[in-house]
Amino acid sequence: MADTAKTTHPQPAGRPEKGAEFGYVGIDAILEQMRRKAMKQGFELNIMVVGQSGLGKSTLINTLFKSKVSRRSVMPSDEERIPKTIEIKSVSHDIEEKGVRMKLTVIDTPGFGDQINNENCWQPIMKFINEQYEQYLQEEINISRKKRIPDSRVHCCIYFIPPTGHCLRPIDIEFMRHLSKVVNIVPVIAKADTLTLEERDFFKQKIREDLRVNEIEVYPQKEFDEDSEDRMINDKIREMIPFAVVGSDQEYQVNGKRLLGRKTRWGTVEVENTAHCEFAYLRDLLIRTHMQNLKDITSSIHYEVYRVRRLNENNTHPSDQPNGHSNGVPTHEVLSHEM
Amino acid sequence: MHCEKFEKESMQLGKALAVIWSEIHCLHDDIDSIMDLIRNRNLEGYVGFANLPNQVYRKSVKRGFEFTLMVVGESGLGKSTLINSLFLTDLYSKDYPGPSQRIKKTVQVEQSKVLIKEGGVQLTLTIVDTPGFGDAVDNSNCWQPVINYIDSKCEDFLNAESRVNRRQMPDNRVHCCLYFIAPSGHGLKPLDIEFMKRLHDKVNVIPLIAKADTLTPEECQLFKKQIMKEIQEHKIKIYEFPDTEEDEDSKLIRKIKERMPLAVVGSNVVVEVNGRKVRGRQYPWGVAEVENGEHCDFTVLRNMLIRTHMQDLKDVTNNVHYENYRSKKLAAVTCNGVDASKSKGQLTKSPLAQMEEERREHVMKMKKMETEMEQVFEMKVKEKKQKLKDSEAELERRHEQMKRNLEAQYKELEEKRRQFEEEKANWEMQQRILEQQKLDASKTMEKNKKKGKIF
Repeated sequence: MADTAKTTHPQPAGRPEKGAEFGYVGIDAILEQMRRKAMKQGFELNIMVVGQSGLGKSTLINTLFKSKVSRRSVMPSDEERIPKTIEIKSVSHDIEEKGVRMKLTVIDTPGFGDQINNENCWQPIMKFINEQYEQYLQEEINISRKKRIPDSRVHCCIYFIPPTGHCLRPIDIEFMRHLSKVVNIVPVIAKADTLTLEERDFFKQKIREDLRVNEIEVYPQKEFDEDSEDRMINDKIREMIPFAVVGSDQEYQVNGKRLLGRKTRWGTVEVENTAHCEFAYLRDLLIRTHMQNLKDITSSIHYEVYRVRRLNENNTHPSDQPNGHSNGVPTHEVLSHEM
Repeated sequence: MHCEKFEKESMQLGKALAVIWSEIHCLHDDIDSIMDLIRNRNLEGYVGFANLPNQVYRKSVKRGFEFTLMVVGESGLGKSTLINSLFLTDLYSKDYPGPSQRIKKTVQVEQSKVLIKEGGVQLTLTIVDTPGFGDAVDNSNCWQPVINYIDSKCEDFLNAESRVNRRQMPDNRVHCCLYFIAPSGHGLKPLDIEFMKRLHDKVNVIPLIAKADTLTPEECQLFKKQIMKEIQEHKIKIYEFPDTEEDEDSKLIRKIKERMPLAVVGSNVVVEVNGRKVRGRQYPWGVAEVENGEHCDFTVLRNMLIRTHMQDLKDVTNNVHYENYRSKKLAAVTCNGVDASKSKGQLTKSPLAQMEEERREHVMKMKKMETEMEQVFEMKVKEKKQKLKDSEAELERRHEQMKRNLEAQYKELEEKRRQFEEEKANWEMQQRILEQQKLDASKTMEKNKKKGKIF
């Protein structure tokens, strides 16, 4: 897992002309070493999906990872009753592509927002996220700790907004307000094939307006942009959030090609066609370009906030802290440990 | 293009009306022939009461029709758009934006009236909207304002009906309630089930699948089946289409029944498809046509609601839902204080029998009260007796004690007196001794004196 400052700017020091070998030290070969190590170790990614039932969460996850990784596929049941309370279901898969292994955990929250009275429906979810942080913290402050702490912290929470076309509902605002402080939230407009392009733009504008008014910071957060290059990339993304997505795990024949899509009587919605929906952008954000950034922000910002709070709590109650010195572990040591 | 459609619509509406009235004509003819058979009489000439339907027709056309439609559903399900598409008017337009544009804090009930004229027939259409339904975080009792509204309209009608002067009886009762179900593809939400359970015996509920262009045909079928299954499971009584005898109509009705709940798409925007102008929604992958029976059930809904079953909806509201309300309301007024199970039985009795029963009940109540009071009285008497006994015993005790005290004191006194007597006796004796001594002493002195004188 490449986590040091060097890899955020993967520009090897200029290699001089091939002939002059004596000027070349070879520091940039470390990139290759890290790559090999990362491939051996594999990556972990924990994604949580939150939204009312029937918004296509499981389908979207299946589409993102092009395989049946959602909870519905693991336990196929014909009749899915809406559970009376919110449950948290975690499904893990090991997937591999071109030699790179990834342990993907999808955390589903069936029952969110489905009841008549949805007060405090975010509390079980907050509790779960904090529990994961707590688990990691306990491992970290152990006297003899493992070489690689299993990372079960939630790196990204995809929040599904129903495509009403008007504005955010109170439950959406409440949820995002509480959770944007502890986890990276990526809002998406679910079942976007219900909105025409003008309605989609209008809806996005309204959502962005609502988010701004309520001071909700969704991923990519403005305050964590490291330099102008990041800011430029992230600004472009920020123009487009929330992504209007359509998910599908069925293939249809369109113009001679087999594509994922949804076939209706008046046309076929192609999932990967950026003219139809923004699924491709979401996939790029989550997997191809910003996956590492999501994990960085989770571990270096959200987790640290939690850790500081917890350790301060412990300090005010000087009780049973076995390692007195672990309180004063400076932050950079934590990072180096992550390798 | 708008008035073209308008004209077509009006022609079709006129045609439909003509169909209805020709049916009535045929019915009358049938009645005639049957009556002939019974009486075996042939009319000699033309009397003219076959003209009756025309007179009824003219009168109702002059009077105009009224229809109240209620739309319920979460915000953003396309209710306003559907209303605009159904009646080809912009009830909610850009200048007068519908309640959908703002999320309300509480559920409100808003009503808008519009007068539509077509082919000489006048329709006063009232649309009742419920913004805020199901939008809050806590939606318990969000159905209450809706129920209150429906009941208040029925009550208005009841009062108008019971008045002495009944010249004007505007019918504002809700004739039909369109309930919009979000197209999740899984089934009904708890809120949907609760709402429909509470309203199915107050108003005709017609469930609709909103924004049906989000579902593929297979998903739509599955979803419809799932919804109907759940509706039957929870014993929700949605509006049932009445069976008619004629073949043509029954085929139509069967087709409607198969497609329930209707999956609708609304749009008032005209787009061009293959050279034709249709109302629909333009997507990058195609155009979803609103009036295409293959794409959605909008035409079915419109035909059912306006062209064929509007009168039936009003009749069911009048005969079933309103009568339910009326009997419940009036029974509650006559039997004050009697519990609900009794009041249901009394609905079927005549007023005299009811009075008899009331009298009997009253007498029974009095008897019961009497026995109760007697019991209470006895209990009180017993209590009082007990109390008196207790105080008597108490007094006795005290009396004893005082007597004892007195005796003790008496004894003491006796003792003292005895002592005193003793002392007195002693003292008297001493006195006597002293007297004696004194006497002796004086005697000796006299003796001495005598002796002295002799010397």
